[in-house]
This record gives sequence, C-alpha cells and structure tokens, in this order.
Amino acid sequence: MSIGALASRRKKKIALQIPQGRALLVFVALALLYFVLIGKAFYLQWESGDFLQTQGAARYVRTIEIPGYRGRIVDRMGEPLAISTPVKSLWSFTEKLEMSDGQLKELAGILNVSPRSLKEKINKAGDFVYLAQGISPETAEKARSLKITGLYDENVYRRFYPAGELTSHIVGFTDNKDHGQEGVELARHDLLAGKSGSRRVIINRKGEAVEDIAAVLPPYQGRDLALALDLRLQYLAQSELKAAALEHRAKAASAVVLDARTGEILAMANWPTFNPNSRDQFVPARIRNRALIDIFEPGSTFKPFTAAIALDAGKVKPDTVIDVVDGKMTIGKWTIHDAHKNEKNLTVSEVIQRSSNVGTARIALTMAPEYMWQGLSSMGFGVSVDTGFPGEASGRLRPAKSWKNIEQATISYGHGVSVTLLQLARAYTIFTTDGELMPATLYKEEGKPKYGKPVITPETAKLMRRILKQSTEPGATGARAHIPDYHAAGKTGTARKPEKGGYSKKYVSSFVGFAPADAPRLIVAVMIDEPSAGKYYGSAVAAPVFSRITGKALRMLGVPPDHPVAQDLFEYGEEIVEET
Amino acid sequence: MIMARTFILLLLLVVSALLLVTSRHQTRKLFIELEHERQLAQRYQEEYSRLQLEQSTWSVPNRIDGLARDKLEMQLPEPNQIRVIAYEERKNIRTEGAQP
Repeated sequence: MSIGALASRRKKKIALQIPQGRALLVFVALALLYFVLIGKAFYLQWESGDFLQTQGAARYVRTIEIPGYRGRIVDRMGEPLAISTPVKSLWSFTEKLEMSDGQLKELAGILNVSPRSLKEKINKAGDFVYLAQGISPETAEKARSLKITGLYDENVYRRFYPAGELTSHIVGFTDNKDHGQEGVELARHDLLAGKSGSRRVIINRKGEAVEDIAAVLPPYQGRDLALALDLRLQYLAQSELKAAALEHRAKAASAVVLDARTGEILAMANWPTFNPNSRDQFVPARIRNRALIDIFEPGSTFKPFTAAIALDAGKVKPDTVIDVVDGKMTIGKWTIHDAHKNEKNLTVSEVIQRSSNVGTARIALTMAPEYMWQGLSSMGFGVSVDTGFPGEASGRLRPAKSWKNIEQATISYGHGVSVTLLQLARAYTIFTTDGELMPATLYKEEGKPKYGKPVITPETAKLMRRILKQSTEPGATGARAHIPDYHAAGKTGTARKPEKGGYSKKYVSSFVGFAPADAPRLIVAVMIDEPSAGKYYGSAVAAPVFSRITGKALRMLGVPPDHPVAQDLFEYGEEIVEET
Repeated sequence: MIMARTFILLLLLVVSALLLVTSRHQTRKLFIELEHERQLAQRYQEEYSRLQLEQSTWSVPNRIDGLARDKLEMQLPEPNQIRVIAYEERKNIRTEGAQP
C-alpha cells in the first residue's frame, strides 16, 4: 500500500459518521489514564515520598562537620603543654574493601608499613578495620588518591604533649575519645572539652556548598587553660630531682616549687615519670603525681610548725633554754631520742637548727593538745590543699582528743602525722608571708588578688624566718642547703617509714625551705623516697637538691642576690674589663 | 486600558522574576566563595596548631639544654664566675653604647 492510498483512506474515514459509543470509549480511556497519572502522583507523594526525598537529598544535601577543638593547656608564659591537632584515620568495612596487590603495595608505602603486615591487619580484623590511625592529613590525602574502593578517611583530633614527661604528672592525659583520664585533663575536662557542630548544606555538581538549608548547629570550642606552672622551673626541678634520685638509688622522689608570696605552684616534679605521648608507659607507679597523692611522715621538716605555735602563743621565746642534755626523754613507757647528742642545753632557735627531737617535744608539751592541734590544723595539716587535682590526699592529723603525751611529743617532730609534699610546702607560706597561709593554686589566675588566712603573727613569721635562716648556716643540719649568692632558709627531715607494728629501716629524706631568706620569693620542698646508696639523712640527700633547684631558679627569675659570693660588687656604670 | 495595565504588570513580574534568579545566583556564588574562605580559615587554624606543636616540640627545655651543652659547648657559670652589678638609679649615666 502506497502512502498516497493510505492518506486517501483516512480522508474517507474522517468523512464518515463516527459511532457515538466509540468516542465515549476513547474519552473514558483517556480519562482513566489521567487518573492513573494522578494516582501515581499521589503514590509518589504519600507512599514513597520519604524514600524519594531521602534519595534526592542524598544527591544534593550534605552534612558538614564544624570542628570543635579541645582547648590547649599552657604554662604561665603561654608555652603549650597540651595541644589537639587534627589527624586522619583510614578505615574500611573489610568485606567492601577492594584493592589490587599493586594498590596494597603503594598504600603500604604511603603508610610506611610492610605490605605483609598491612595485609595481615586486614585479614585478622572483623567487619571493620582501621588501616591507619593518627596519620597526617597529607598522608591521608595521598592514600585517598589511590582511589581504593571501600577505603574511607575520618577526622579525629589527637592530643599531643610537647613537653612530654616534663609535665605529664600535672597535665595528665586523655583517652582516644578525647576524654580526660588523669591530671588537669581530667580535673578540668568540662572546660577544655570541645564539641563539634554541624550544618546541612546544598551542594552543586562540583561538590561545593551553595546554601545552608537548616539551622547551623554551632560547635563548642574548648577553652584554653593556663597553669600557674613555669615550664623552665619545672625543667630545673625535674632534672635536678632525677639526677638526685638516680644518684641515691631512690625508689621515688618529688619536688614542689611555690611562689613564696602567692602560693602558686610554679613547678611540681616527680620521679619516676612517664611520657604521655606513648601509652605503653601508663602504669600506675609512673603516672602517679606523688607530690599530691602520696602521704608520708614529714619528720623534722615539721618541727618549725610546733615552734611557731609555741612562739606565737608566747609559751617560749627564741632564747628560752630547753633541757636536752640527756639526748633522751621518757614519757610513760616510751623514750624518745635525739639523733645527735648535744653537749649543752639549747635555746629554742638552736633546737630547730640542730633538729633536736627532745627539745621540740619539750616545747610541744608546754601547750595543751587542743591548742596545738588547732594550730596545726589552721596550717592546713589533715585538710586537703584543695587544688582540685584528682585524687589529692589530705594527709592525716589525728584529733587532739586521742592524743596522749607521747603522741603530742612525736607529732611535734613530725611522726604519727602524715602529709603530702604540697601540703608541707604550702604550710611554709606562713613563714614567707606575714604569717598567712596562702592557697596553693594550680591555675594561673590573672588579676585576682590572692588572700591568705592569717595563722601566726607577722612578728612570729619574721622570727621563724631568722631561725630557719640560721638552720642553713655552717654547723646547722641544713648547711648543705646553702645557696651561693643567696641566703637560704629551711629545715631538713629524715623519717623512717612506718611499717606494720613500728618503723622500718627505710627512710624518707626531705628538705623544705625558701629563699632569699629575708624577702622570700620561692618555697622549694624536696622529698626523696628510700634513698639506698648509703646516705639517707635529709641533710645529705635532700638539702643539696634544694640548693641546686633554688639557686638556679632564683637566677633564672632574675632575683637579685642578697649574699653575693664575689664580694667585690661592681657599680653600675663602672668599666667592666673583659677577661682575655 | 486594562490590557495595557495588565501588560505592564506582567512585564514587571517577569523582570522581578529574572532579578530574583540573578540575585539567587549571586547569593550562591558568594556563598561558595565564603565557603572556600571558611575552609581556608579552618585549614590555617589546623596548620597553626600543628606549627605550634612543632615549635614547642623543638623548643622543649631538655632539648635546648642538651644542644647548649653538647653542640655549643656552653656551661652554667660557677658562683665565682658570676659578677653582680649593683644597680642604682642615677641621673647622669652615659647611655650610649650601653645596649640593653
């Protein structure tokens, strides 16, 4: 049939009368189709609307994370001690990971591991595997450029501690979920913690965000936290302490440096120590901040407090003579001894300088137990220093009611009472200020005046400074605490460690002092636990450490010497001849 | 008359619609730019934290101390090597040559 013929037939048909029914049929059929379309539209809208919208959104909507960082921890000079920095992790669902041997080799090269160990890691893993964690964004980018199917990366924040083991006992560390686990990281987690926010955006075909489509969930940035710590002094204290601990083969050692005027903790060193950047060193014996958590019997470093209370009460005067000639004193069935027998009776000042147990006990027994307890308690003994540090110990001072004469006598020279090193150091603030007990603070608080609590009179404080200064002069027990160029003041301590049913042959050597003696700037407390290389007296073990830390610290802080070794002072402006 | 008014309104409507499209396009372009800058800011922020970390890692006291002793052969002066200069505020001190 030709086209022409067909056309002519159509013409004919149009000319024909169309039966009514057929038109109706066509109309109904078309209308039905129309309803089908409407039905489909309704179906799409109501029945599978959610599904389709999700699918659509997946193609043009993205959720972008807005990072919220954990705040930094810095020292008082702003030197960073803990920083969070973004790193990447590469992960995959093992089943969906497809990579050729060539890709495996290349990936191993980028990650700096052997192809075999990488393969093993994947084979050993369950459904999910981290191929690499904590890698730099650049490395992750290189790995991504291999275009391995099923390999993804994610942003994580890793905490780094640039000062490492120097500050690890104070700063502490976080777990791999960025939660504080120890130290300041734990104590101030709420302040430091950051929280990531998110926003939903429409992206164009190039993957660029073009519009925010929902309210932005703002991130929360963790706040920076400044410690009172001075990293330079911390280094000094730590290195001197470590040297001493090794020299005396000690089990452990601690040192605390306080600002003598404000009580701020400028350094707090412990040995042994640990590196917060490597988790395999996280064993309790290493991570404990001993200066704050461990308690010990202070021994003779405690004597100045007894003397101060008695002097303050007017029970004795510095030149009151105390009977110590026997070198022993019997109370009930107990006898207390002096470590070194004295040929003549001593004044109160000399009792401290020569560290006489008998003398101190006699001074203590001039006071009512309640009165002495009150005095010691107001100096912070048996009460937490309250720095907010996790696990901080409060020491132990038994209530006066349970004291018999012998207890009062032994407590007077630091036995039967236990303290933390920080507590002991902080109590010395009553001597370095006008008799006020300052709060020992871990954090830098700018522009906030520090208020102390008056404990003894300014006159007694001055007297005690003089007595403690004489304690470091030649002939006194603290002679080795002598600092070149400065007058030092302080007290030695040697205590046997209490054991079940008595005292052991193990010792704790300590020294607590301050300098310059007449206008104190620093309080330094040193404690060496179980020195076992022969020497164990505080005068021989701890006093030299005090001298070295304090001397270097004072020079570093630029404190003018009050007692220069080279007596020929140069006048300012005078010509200084260079040595040739 | 009515026809003319309708026509004008229609024209205005079309113009406004076109302007809407243009401004929408402008918004998106600017938004993309903003987004780009934001990403840069974030990247710099991250780089800054890494640099800070690097700086403080290089400058830890242990390392400086070690370098000073071993490489530069420096040492702490003994007390008898230290001269203390008594400083008094005086009016007529020659200041030239006395670099701080």
